[in-house]
Amino acid sequence: MTDRDLPVTEEELHAYVDGELPSDRRPAVEAWLAAHPDDMARVNGWRALADAIRARYGAVATEPVPARLSLRQIERADRSWLGVAAAATIAAFVVGGAAGWTAHDVTTPRPNAAATSTAEAVDAYKLYVVEVRHPVEVPGSEEAHLTQWLSKRVGYQLRIPDLSPVGLKLVGGRLLPGPRGAAAFFMYESTTGERFTLYSTRAGGPDSALRYNVDGQVGALYWADGDIAYVVNGEASQERLHKVAETVYAQIERAPAR
Amino acid sequence: MSGFRSDVEAAIPALRRYARALTRDAETADDLVQDTLVRALRSEHLFHGGDVRSWLYTILTNLNRNRLRSLARRPVMTLIGDDDAPEMSGPEAGSRDIERALASLVEDQRAALLLVVLEGLTYREVAEVQGVPVGTVMSRLARARAQIKAFLDGERPALRRVK
Repeated sequence: MTDRDLPVTEEELHAYVDGELPSDRRPAVEAWLAAHPDDMARVNGWRALADAIRARYGAVATEPVPARLSLRQIERADRSWLGVAAAATIAAFVVGGAAGWTAHDVTTPRPNAAATSTAEAVDAYKLYVVEVRHPVEVPGSEEAHLTQWLSKRVGYQLRIPDLSPVGLKLVGGRLLPGPRGAAAFFMYESTTGERFTLYSTRAGGPDSALRYNVDGQVGALYWADGDIAYVVNGEASQERLHKVAETVYAQIERAPAR
Repeated sequence: MSGFRSDVEAAIPALRRYARALTRDAETADDLVQDTLVRALRSEHLFHGGDVRSWLYTILTNLNRNRLRSLARRPVMTLIGDDDAPEMSGPEAGSRDIERALASLVEDQRAALLLVVLEGLTYREVAEVQGVPVGTVMSRLARARAQIKAFLDGERPALRRVK
C-alpha cells in the first residue's frame, strides 16, 4: 500500500486548505486530489471562498481607526462611567440603612426583578434629580435622537411618553448600567421644579402589575410588560405618583412599538 | 503593563475587520469593537498572560453572540427593496454574494470560518476563542463551507467563476 492509496478524510481536506495539515500527510492529500477531481473542485471552491472573503473585508484593517476607538478616548469615557457607578453604589448603601431592602437586594445572589430594577431606578433618581447643570445627557429638545439612541442601546423600541397632561415636561434622558444590560432613564419636570423619572430596562422576570414602594421620600411604582420593566419615581404623594405612572402606562400600552 | 496596552492597540484594525465581516454593518461592527475595548481595559487585571489578540477575539465573539440573542427577541427587519435590486455583475455582485452567503450561516459557524480564513487563527486558537474542542471547530468549518456552497449554488454562481 502506498501513500497514494491511503484514504483521505474530509477533515484533512479542510486542514490542507487551512494550512493545518501535518507535513507528512501533504503528499497523500495531494495525490488523492489529483485522482479525485470532485474533491479537487471542492478544495478549489473553498480557496476561492477564502479569497473572496479576504477581498471583501481585508481592507477594513487598513482603514484609519475612528477616534472613538482610540484607547485614550475609551479610557476617559470609561473612567467617568466608573465614577457614576461608584457614586450609585455609595448611594445604595447610604440609603440602605433607612430602607433595608435597597442594599439588601443588591447583594442577594438572585434578587427578584422588581426589587432590583426598582432599587436601580431609585438610586438613579437620587443621583440625578439633584443635578442642576447636568441632569441628563441628551436634552428633551432632541427627543427623536434620544429615542433612537436609547432604543438602540437598551435593545428594544422605546417610546417617550408625553406627560403634559399631568403638568410635566421632558427634561431629557440618559443611558445607565442596568441590572441586565443597559437601562434608559428619562427625567421630567413641572413648572414648579418637581421632578419625576422614568426608568426602563429588561425585566428578567414575569409580567407584573403596578407595585408601589417608598424609600425615604422617594416613591417608586414598578411594573413589567413582557420582558420590559418600567419604574416611575418621584418625591410626591402616592396619589400623584400613581397619576403620573398611569399616564406613562396608558401611552406605552396604546402604542406598543415592539 | 504598557505592553498590554500596546498589544490591545495593535489589534484594533484586525478586530474591526473581523467585526465588520461578522456583522456586515460598519456601525454595528465599531460598536462591538468599542464594547470589546472597554471590557478589555476594565478587566486587564483578569488577563493572565497569553495572547492578547485571541483574548480580544474571544470578548468580541461573546459580545456579538449576546447581541444576536437580544436581537432575536425583536421583530426581524428586512430592508425594503433589497430583493428587488437590479442584477449586478462583476466584483460588485461578488461582494454582495459574500455578504449574503455569510448571512446564511449560523453564528458559531460564521465566527469559526472568519477567524480561520480572514483572521488567520489556527484551529487551536479558534477552539480557545469559542470555548469548544478542536473537533467542533473543524465540524463548524466543514458545515459553514457546505452551507455556503449550497447557498451559492441556489443563487448566482458568481463565486465559482472566480477561480
